[in-house]
Amino acid sequence: MEGANLESPVLSSVLTLAGITKRFGALTANDAVSLDLARGEVLALLGENGAGKSTLVSILFGHYVADEGTITAFGSPLPPGDPAAALAAGIGMVHQHFTLADNLTVLDNIMIGTEPLWRPVSRRRAARKRVRETAARFGLAVNTHARVSELSVGERQRVEILKALYRGARVLILDEPTAVLTPQESRDLFATLRQLVTEGLSIIFISHKLDEVLAVSDRIAVLRNGKLVALREARGATKAELALLMVGRAVVMPTRERRAPGASTIAVRGVHVHDADGGTLLDGIDLDVAAGEIVAIAGVAGNGQQALAGLLSGTLAPERGTVTLAGRPLAAKPRAWVAARAARIPEDRHSVGVIGDLAVWENAISERLRMPDFTRAGFVRRTAARAHAEAIVRRFDVRLSGIDVPARSLSGGNMQKLILGRALTVGGGATPAFILADQPTWGLDIGALAYVHECLLEAAGEGAAVLLISEDLDEIFALADRIGVMYHGTLSAVRAAESWTLSAIGLAMAGGEEAARAA
Amino acid sequence: MRLEARGQVSRSMQIAAPFAAIAFTLVVCSLLVAWAGVPVGGAYLLLLEGAAGSGFAVSETLTRATPLMLTGLAVAVAFRAKLYNIGAEGQLYMGALAAVAVGNAGLPLPPIVLFPLIALAAMAAGALLLIGPALLKTRFHIDEVVTTLLLNFIALLFVSMMLDGPMKDPGALGWPQSVAIPSELELPKLAERSRIHSGLLIALCLAALVWMIDRFTAFGFEMRAVGANARAAAFAGMPVQAVVVKTALLSGALAGLAGCIEVAGRAGYVTLDMSPGYGYSGIVIAMLAQLNPIGVVAAAIFVAGILVGADSMSRAIAVPTYIADVIVAASLIAMLVATMLARYRIRWH
Repeated sequence: MEGANLESPVLSSVLTLAGITKRFGALTANDAVSLDLARGEVLALLGENGAGKSTLVSILFGHYVADEGTITAFGSPLPPGDPAAALAAGIGMVHQHFTLADNLTVLDNIMIGTEPLWRPVSRRRAARKRVRETAARFGLAVNTHARVSELSVGERQRVEILKALYRGARVLILDEPTAVLTPQESRDLFATLRQLVTEGLSIIFISHKLDEVLAVSDRIAVLRNGKLVALREARGATKAELALLMVGRAVVMPTRERRAPGASTIAVRGVHVHDADGGTLLDGIDLDVAAGEIVAIAGVAGNGQQALAGLLSGTLAPERGTVTLAGRPLAAKPRAWVAARAARIPEDRHSVGVIGDLAVWENAISERLRMPDFTRAGFVRRTAARAHAEAIVRRFDVRLSGIDVPARSLSGGNMQKLILGRALTVGGGATPAFILADQPTWGLDIGALAYVHECLLEAAGEGAAVLLISEDLDEIFALADRIGVMYHGTLSAVRAAESWTLSAIGLAMAGGEEAARAA
Repeated sequence: MRLEARGQVSRSMQIAAPFAAIAFTLVVCSLLVAWAGVPVGGAYLLLLEGAAGSGFAVSETLTRATPLMLTGLAVAVAFRAKLYNIGAEGQLYMGALAAVAVGNAGLPLPPIVLFPLIALAAMAAGALLLIGPALLKTRFHIDEVVTTLLLNFIALLFVSMMLDGPMKDPGALGWPQSVAIPSELELPKLAERSRIHSGLLIALCLAALVWMIDRFTAFGFEMRAVGANARAAAFAGMPVQAVVVKTALLSGALAGLAGCIEVAGRAGYVTLDMSPGYGYSGIVIAMLAQLNPIGVVAAAIFVAGILVGADSMSRAIAVPTYIADVIVAASLIAMLVATMLARYRIRWH
């Protein structure tokens, strides 16, 4: 424990956690964590995925009951396992995935559940007045008449915060709040948070991004493997030391070597795709990825990246336009893509990447099941299949107790290594011609993240054309040779990474590219 | 009270779960037996004797278990691929009808050829009845629970129409009953002075076959993958819709074959009360067996034993045979709870 004065209670403490321990079977998610939160401060809870941040907050909010330890809120003990009591004690939570009803107005969403059901008329006018007062006081401008479906992501987040404040929250917990925001929206959020703390609120800010933790917080608590490993002032802390505390060891991030790209491998020409309701998913996409280069697609989630990924993994057919791999058009069939040496890493590893209930070895061959290597006369060649799985597990360092365990039981990082290994092992010692990496490091810890980056860079070095779709701008700048930004189904010019600034990307993510060009 | 996942489900707990469920069921049902005013221990003893107390009792239980194994397999195969086939009852009747129709078509063939032919006809009839719901499900996302359930009534009314019309046995004194299957097509008996027939061996072989398909073939792999996670299976390149349709063909064929074997092995002709809900019991059996083909055999024998034993018990003492339905139903619920408890532990606070 470094730099901590955990034993002495802070006088203005609003929330005190003492010795919180929570076990799930053999796993200790929280190990005697003691923390206190002062009035008017932003406390960052920093840690990798699986470090125990979410568990700790769930205990605080009454979703879980701690095995040991107590919580004191505003001087009185908080009854365990009772979300209603947490709310009543003034603890408000803003989840990463918003809990808003799209078809209702902002006011309805804020009021929902605050009025007794038996009351015959809803006191909307009084409620609207209170919402407006709260919004004005904390500088959270929103139109209470608007439907949530019409709001941007940043505005929705403001509604979530208002919702908590309306319920009388004096302690606000924000779970990875910037994950869905553009860089500009994040800056706005940080300004809002500063305003909230000057009004006397206290904030717990959960994140694994070092920059924003340093930018917004007063104190930083670092969790690792369920233990509180450091609690320190943000002032004077550096990224390097926080990273070391968070991971527990130095991580060397792979770096990119420039090389001349080869021939065009993937060519997308004028592709249009609509969803079942006629909404535009892809609106005239042109894209080239050459052998040996990494092209990254940035953008706020939901701007057509999913459709682009479907298009380039053989699960979605273009309505208009063409997609060719090495000059040949490919049918929208995953098996055709796999046969053409396309390696596909899907965004959602749990529900698309693997079949959780099947064994690891079965998942390792699932893309190639019907190829003669693994099926003969309708029977699965188990020996060959298991050998293939063992080879992937060895080469990609997948940590598991055996290839017969269900894939569901793997940790996120190991699951991703399995998917990566399956995709990149194209058979016959060959290398993939094309790699689609859709959010390949989402939710991974730094060690696994560095490994994934290394694999992608290595594959590109061996001549694979890599398309990286990511919402993480750090990742994009670390890997990409060229960068394009998606907005509302269109793709900006795909330009060399050096020619983009962070603010230019942020502007393009918010749809401002055209406006910027016109001005 | 809430549930927490256990880290790893132990093998012993998985095996103990069904036995715990049965023990719990018998304890609960003993209250009902006691309510009927008879000694509980004696009643259960009579039930056990009726189900397995003599060679004849065993043969009766196995005779009853034969169609249950096939409908249980039909349901287990479909449910594993998340195709909820509730229509095994209708498929069984259509299979029985097709078997009798082809058997009486007067084809000049020896029985050794004709019997496989009527079995195929029965399987095709059962499969055809399920292919519609399967296509509606894959093409238009129409819930197969509703379509297969309602098709049972259509199938039964169709059978009724045939039994009162073109396939009516003129010698049956006006009863709605089909003409009998030719005697050379009847399945041989396995024992003297009993009703047990070689259909049991066919059912056992099919259970082994289904187990092998499930475990060793690429199609079995695809069925499991589609059932476990259709999105991931589609991403991996498996033809999800084709797999669902093929699964439907297999499931319907098994249920249709149950009808053929019931006619050729026991009943001899089709009547409207030929099946006391074998198709629906198949669902219970498949669930009791946790959709495992080998487990289906054990579950079918268990359910058949309860049904046969309760019949015999009710003849001896004043407990209605409906106790059998209660025991089977309660054991299913207990089984579902037991398997859940094997995977999760309850936390009270």
